[in-house]
Amino acid sequence: MITGSIAAIGAGLAAIGAGLGIGRIGGSAMDGIARQPEAASKIQTAMLIAAAFVEAVALFAVVVALMGNG
Amino acid sequence: MDCSHVFEFKVNRLIVVFTLFLAFFSSSPVAFAQVDTAHATAHTHAEPEKKKFDIGKFALHHIADSHSWHVIGDTYIPLPVILYTSNGFVTFNSGDFKHDDEGKVVVERKGLRFVKVHEKIYYASDVANDHGQFVSLDEKHHALNERPLDLSMTKNVCTLILSIIILLAVFINVANGYKKRRGKSPKGLQSWMEPIILFVRDDIAKPNLGHKYERFMPYLLTVFFFIWFNNMLGLVPFLPGGANLTGNIAVTMVLAIATFCITVFNGNKYYWKHIFMPDVPWWMYIVMVPVELFGIFTKPIALMIRLFANITAGHILVLSLICLVFVFDSLYIAPVSVAFAVFIGAIELLVAFIQAFIFTILSALFIGMAIEEHH
Repeated sequence: MITGSIAAIGAGLAAIGAGLGIGRIGGSAMDGIARQPEAASKIQTAMLIAAAFVEAVALFAVVVALMGNG
Repeated sequence: MDCSHVFEFKVNRLIVVFTLFLAFFSSSPVAFAQVDTAHATAHTHAEPEKKKFDIGKFALHHIADSHSWHVIGDTYIPLPVILYTSNGFVTFNSGDFKHDDEGKVVVERKGLRFVKVHEKIYYASDVANDHGQFVSLDEKHHALNERPLDLSMTKNVCTLILSIIILLAVFINVANGYKKRRGKSPKGLQSWMEPIILFVRDDIAKPNLGHKYERFMPYLLTVFFFIWFNNMLGLVPFLPGGANLTGNIAVTMVLAIATFCITVFNGNKYYWKHIFMPDVPWWMYIVMVPVELFGIFTKPIALMIRLFANITAGHILVLSLICLVFVFDSLYIAPVSVAFAVFIGAIELLVAFIQAFIFTILSALFIGMAIEEHH
């Protein structure tokens, strides 16, 4: 019998979502930099901000999972 | 200055090292299994089964605040305990608990009796329970006793004071440098800080705040360096560091409230018009106004949780990797887990900077939205 909290599954699902989101952001930023290497620094800044927003949603999920667990 | 240097570390070398870890990791379970079975057969009858190692409990204990500061081994620096109780203020040294964290040692002051359970101070029960603890526990081992208001100088408070001293020392030095060498090239600590200060001004403040950026530079610089220094101090595992200050939700909440207050008090009429009278048909107001009002509060809450969760997650990750040694109960796992922990530690150095950057740029963005002139 496997024991544990179902919160771990929630945290895992959140990780999948955030992975997809950040993967898309990173991939598009790479495309952008490859097309316009001179705009690299601006693209990176925008990429970081967008990634932070995606990540925040995943971290909310992790916090909820931790609370549900504790 | 742009932030491309953040990405210019030796990615290739890291990939090679990472692959080697993975290869070692994937090939070693067989070895562990053999060692473990040998170990198990040798000791099955000799000693009772050891208590299972609980990673979650260990990691949460290490990222939590504490009444004493761990130095090395069994050496702790006791910190003062300040309590507001029914008999007024009570102060004593946390060393009086004799490193007890289970509620077994009672400290008596001003006719009141206190015990410490999981770094929280409770009023002691009159008699001990079956395990010698002067608290009553529920089925999840949470203490049910009443608590005094705890205003102690904990590890986090001491780190906060330490980081204030460091920040003041560094920036008074830098400011004196600018006073002394007005119009000349920077020197020493000043030349180390100048690019970072210019980075905050040119990449964070100017693009988001427009021509009124100078008013908010003091706040942005303070918040950036405070978060960055404390993230870095949190990564130091021994004495001057070791406290998880930016991974404490109360600290990040104060920072988020500061951003919230600046946004609200500097909001101009266009900002408030956008919230209460957006350019939509009037019947949409029923939906739009609550959503916009809600948005004022969710932005700082997101700032608070982002910083807290990022730093906490990083610390838990490093601790869990180190804990693998104790979970597998084998020395052979040590090189793998230590190497992984070093690798994650290197990433955490990057995260320490990125989170300070993100918090500052989002603060600047929110303030910029509030002070934007109508066009």
